[in-house]
Amino acid sequence: MNKYMCKYFIIFVLPTLTAFLLSFLIPFILGVLLSFTEFTSIIDAKWVGINNYVEAFSNREFVNALKFTVKIAIVTVITVNFFALVLALLLTRQLKGRNIFRAIFFMPNLIGGIVLGYVWQLIINGVLYKFGVTLSYKPEYGFWGLVLLMNWQMIGYMMVIYIAAIQNIPNTLIEAAEIDGANWFQILTNIKLPTITPSITICLFLTMANAFKNFDSNLALTAGAPSRKTAMLALDIYNTFYNTLNGEGVGQAKAVVFFIIVSAIAFLQLKLTRRKEVDSL
Amino acid sequence: MIKKKKITSLLLIFVMAFMVFSACQSQQVPDSDSTNQESSSESDSSKDVAKEEKADQIYFLNFKPEIAEIYEKIAADYEEETGVKVKVVTAASGTYEQTLKSEIAKSDPPTIFQVNGPIGYQTWKEYCLDLKDTKLYSFLTDPSLAITSGDGVYGIPYVVEGYGIIYNNAIVEKYFALTDRGTEFNSMNEINNFDKLKALVEDMQAHKDELGIEGVFASTSFSPGEAWSGETHLANMPFYYEFKDKEGYDDSILAGLASEEIEFKYNQNYKKIFDLYINNSCTEKAMLGGKSVNDSMAEFALGKVAMVQNGNWAWAQIKGVEGNVVDEKDIKFLPIYIGVEEDESQGICVGTENYFAINSKVSEAKQKASIEFLEWLFSSEKGKDYVVNELGFIAPFNTFEEDEKPEDPLAREVLNWMEKDGMKSVPWVFAVFPSQNFKNTFADALLEYVQDNIQWEEVVERVIESWKVEKAKGE
Repeated sequence: MNKYMCKYFIIFVLPTLTAFLLSFLIPFILGVLLSFTEFTSIIDAKWVGINNYVEAFSNREFVNALKFTVKIAIVTVITVNFFALVLALLLTRQLKGRNIFRAIFFMPNLIGGIVLGYVWQLIINGVLYKFGVTLSYKPEYGFWGLVLLMNWQMIGYMMVIYIAAIQNIPNTLIEAAEIDGANWFQILTNIKLPTITPSITICLFLTMANAFKNFDSNLALTAGAPSRKTAMLALDIYNTFYNTLNGEGVGQAKAVVFFIIVSAIAFLQLKLTRRKEVDSL
Repeated sequence: MIKKKKITSLLLIFVMAFMVFSACQSQQVPDSDSTNQESSSESDSSKDVAKEEKADQIYFLNFKPEIAEIYEKIAADYEEETGVKVKVVTAASGTYEQTLKSEIAKSDPPTIFQVNGPIGYQTWKEYCLDLKDTKLYSFLTDPSLAITSGDGVYGIPYVVEGYGIIYNNAIVEKYFALTDRGTEFNSMNEINNFDKLKALVEDMQAHKDELGIEGVFASTSFSPGEAWSGETHLANMPFYYEFKDKEGYDDSILAGLASEEIEFKYNQNYKKIFDLYINNSCTEKAMLGGKSVNDSMAEFALGKVAMVQNGNWAWAQIKGVEGNVVDEKDIKFLPIYIGVEEDESQGICVGTENYFAINSKVSEAKQKASIEFLEWLFSSEKGKDYVVNELGFIAPFNTFEEDEKPEDPLAREVLNWMEKDGMKSVPWVFAVFPSQNFKNTFADALLEYVQDNIQWEEVVERVIESWKVEKAKGE
């Protein structure tokens, strides 16, 4: 049996491995290497050592974008998961038409970020029109606009994950708790939440990664206006790469820093929430 | 034990990655060798013209999406005539640099691409072929328009464009017919400096209801990526005068190119004209942040405003607006007066951002075929017909006769202004603005100024600072 596996192992793994290599690992390694060079196109790179990194960090806009992204990430991770969980709890009760509701809440997730960005820009500008200002008037407007947009986009998806988890909780547990006289809040905190911790981990991770990676809706909604105060990291990297003279290497360096930050946070979060998971499921 | 296994598997992955990577490289080496061989063998047998032409396909990376289809037609015609296949790829609006960056790294890179001026040339200089000895360069009516560096010529402009304040003559005439107006002007020819323009605009604004307009000027667009009318085109004016004042340079563009720092000496002049635009507009100042160029052109086309700052390329846009009420004969240009002494002899801004460059890293045969294609386009009867009637270019080449000029009213106006006696056209100095980032910073500062978040002094500070920073990056 083992021998048999060995024989076909390569054949089965090869397609995925090739795809992974070509579309992820090689570009990634190349990207890291390029961050130490000055280049216009990837075939004419000149080695410049860590200059790009020094420049990236001495760049005020990069630090601002980092702060702004962290703020967005914190707010959206909390709000998205809170609302998604509330919706999931509501829609797992015996409600009329709950499947329709689930579908409706999930739908925004099917629309691309660019489209969402422009649509929300129109909506928000339409509302702000009444007050004689636009979305680019203050960075706060852009901030809450982005939070609103990302909530609208991600809540449905997270809700589906939570619903699946809640439906998996054995009824016997809840019945037993009810017989013991637990009220709904006790059932929620002592039974439901602990049993769906794996899902919470996933959702937290997903929302945070999405918040950090957000580019398209940021570009479409504010494009950083006013004065790049609402530019998130990905948008800042894009701006550096394409809109600055000789900015390619610096942009690449920023991207590597970006990768390290995101993976470090994700790793930390994974470790922290793992401990709280219940193994029974 | 498990850890060890993990490490070995990780190592394996890396080894494989490098194997594939190096395989790619070693593949590339013979590839470039073979092209070298090809080119050398081809230059050896350069007498065999037919063979050389047939062997080639050239690749043109087009900058202007609005005329992409016409280029396809031209390519088909050219292939029929000469047998050389022209591959035309068009970059989506605003993504030319991105597209070029990825396309040029491929094994079949563009042979003809375009740079946007001396700054664009700085980015692409490794790839620009010296065009000094080409016929195309000798066609230029004014050889100084080309991008040069040392002895070499690296970019050839292929279209001249002009911009200024476009006005709707019908509305202005209506104003001149008013009995209770506060100015003495009787024709637009009298408007030849900033003070007169200001008096006219402000009085028109006061009579806007009688004129049936919502404001004199269309909205100055500030939505992201659409702020170029302020940050690039209008900014051209103060910097033109600043660079012109510098001594020891042949022209303002070279002076600008050499400027490590700027003073923004004419910032008050900029502020004057900019304030005139935004205070006499159909849109509230605070609402400008959401306006796009399309919005402002639509306002003009629908007759809601009398003036808008834009260039001759805007004609297609004006014509294309549904419900357009602007008559072809009523659309005219006015220079952008900023209140300097030279106002009265100042014409509109004429220049180009479109220069052809030939990729120096493709085979010689391809380079030659590419140049031949461009020469055909701008000197053969068929090619010229396309240029004038379909592409609508004002081509700066001496191969075009008097009667071979484009039809559209704004292009005609540009030519009129260029030929007016005693008028000096303003060159496009903005071609030397250090980077897109500089322009964006300028636009952002302007927007904040418009929204009353910052004072004018801070705009000036930011612009000066940004020039210094961005310029230093180019070193």
